Amino acid sequence: MIPVCRLDDLPAGESARVDTMPPIAVFNADGELYAIDDTCTHQDASLSEGWLEGCLVECPLHAASFDLRTGLPTCLPARRAVRTHRVTVDDGVIHVHVAAEEDTAA
Amino acid sequence: MRTVIVVGASLSGLYAARELRAQGFDGRLVVVGDEPHRPYDRPPLSKDFLTGRSGEDRLALGDTEELAELDAEWLLGTRARGLDTRDRTVLLDDGRTISGDGVVIATGASARRLPGPALAGVHTLRTLDDARALRAELTAGARRVVVIGGGFIGAETASSCAGLGHDVTVVEAAPLPLVPQLGPEMAALCAALHRRGGVDLVTGTGVAALRGRGAVTGVELSDGRLLPAEVVIVGIGAVPNTGWLAGSPLALDDGVLCDDGCATALPQVVAVGDVARVGGTRAEHWTSATEQPRIAVRNLLAGYTAETLRPLPYFWSDQYGARIQFAGRRLDTDTVRIAEGTVTDGAPGEGGLLALYEREGRTTAVLSVDRPRPFMRARRELGRGAGAMEAVS
Ligand SMILES: Cc1cc2nc3c(=O)[nH]c(=O)nc-3n(C[C@H](O)[C@H](O)[C@H](O)COP(=O)(O)OP(=O)(O)OC[C@H]3O[C@@H](n4cnc5c(N)ncnc54)[C@H](O)[C@@H]3O)c2cc1C
Ligand code: FES
Repeated sequence: MIPVCRLDDLPAGESARVDTMPPIAVFNADGELYAIDDTCTHQDASLSEGWLEGCLVECPLHAASFDLRTGLPTCLPARRAVRTHRVTVDDGVIHVHVAAEEDTAA
Repeated sequence: MRTVIVVGASLSGLYAARELRAQGFDGRLVVVGDEPHRPYDRPPLSKDFLTGRSGEDRLALGDTEELAELDAEWLLGTRARGLDTRDRTVLLDDGRTISGDGVVIATGASARRLPGPALAGVHTLRTLDDARALRAELTAGARRVVVIGGGFIGAETASSCAGLGHDVTVVEAAPLPLVPQLGPEMAALCAALHRRGGVDLVTGTGVAALRGRGAVTGVELSDGRLLPAEVVIVGIGAVPNTGWLAGSPLALDDGVLCDDGCATALPQVVAVGDVARVGGTRAEHWTSATEQPRIAVRNLLAGYTAETLRPLPYFWSDQYGARIQFAGRRLDTDTVRIAEGTVTDGAPGEGGLLALYEREGRTTAVLSVDRPRPFMRARRELGRGAGAMEAVS
């Protein structure tokens, strides 16, 4: 379980990057919190820098889009899913629970 | 439509094949490509592939399963050498012919070469085979590398070579590289990245000759200087692959001329990607090659230009640890304003920067160095603006 930041510091529409190995991106999508692997499975871009729209995040390099709920890409050029991680809020602090490697969909 | 032939089995050809199936074409689909390889992605060739950070498995476009689902006949290692437009027959260099109801021209571009005899150690970088050969040479020990041409491919290749520990010089004939793409102010900032990577940039002088017998030993500049080199990379641009269309009634002028819907003047013949001059401009960018096929296929299947496209030009480049992204259509008369970040020593500072090109109070283009988030926002706004302008005109 890794603390990310205070919930107050991640308003709706914002994202945060956690420097784990590999890094994780945490999103506040209209009040719902999601965490996925930060690195786009297409090439090399940080999804926390992407464009958030509803439950989808668009990669800032070649516009592949990922569903935050499942980690699955919804359009090309990405073809592999990113891992999703569970998020909890304890005492006003956001935590991610890093998925075990065997949970990887890829 | 019963048979569609796609000529060119790379990025835009594959996207065209995908679109044909996605848009309901269930007839015979033939894809002709002169390279022996299945479709692969070129941008990594000068970046992570050259440095060894990623291997050939990461270049593949479309996995085996997806390619199988496309249910296409792949004629790889086969060059098209002519198009008989009366009955849309593609002539192949092995003597075979294929007739179709529709043809998608997706033959891309080839690296421009220097005149003169071929010397060992002299490379271009356009294909997987080019990149393999160059990579093999760069792993054989420290080399003195001269890159001819300071455009994006030249700069990326120089950056990758320097990253591998080679001694690198870039020669650019113009007083400053990248001016046509970025304008003088921003071109100067990006050119300064070479210094950051420990690469010498020699500008304002052309190449008089390559020295060497059998293998290259140096580059003689037009100002008389001689740069010793064991490896020379020629990055002086690309020419559209239209040679095979000579003699056909298609209009060719620095590419296959098409309307805004990627349609040529001939019915059921469309062109996409680097080879296509769409609505007056030819782009050599990955994003155009992936966006045009949707419209081209739509119009091919409709039989007339039912939809046009004028997307915002966009490209990116990775060099010396910096990611450059540019979107929009700038003019030399536009003013440039650095909206975020700073300039240190004539180069983008630590946190990168975001620059806006402006004309009469409007933003026309945006350049970002390592600022993907605000870049994305600006790019979207520009895209919306472009759409709005079109609606009015
Ligand atoms: C090293 C490198 C790095 C790049 N980096 C970037 C980048 O960072 N950002 C960016 O936006 N763009 C980049 N690009 C540009 C991008 O790769 C191209 O825009 C894209 O590949 C164009 O796709 P295409 O399918 O139109 O043409 P191509 O990829 O050129 O494919 C055309 C195919 O057709 C084949 N062909 C040609 N003639 C015939 C014939 N007569 N018969 C059969 N087949 C034929 C060719 O061999 C080739 O396989 C880069 C390009 C290169 C080479
Ligand atoms: S790196 Fe994300 S879409 Fe290409």
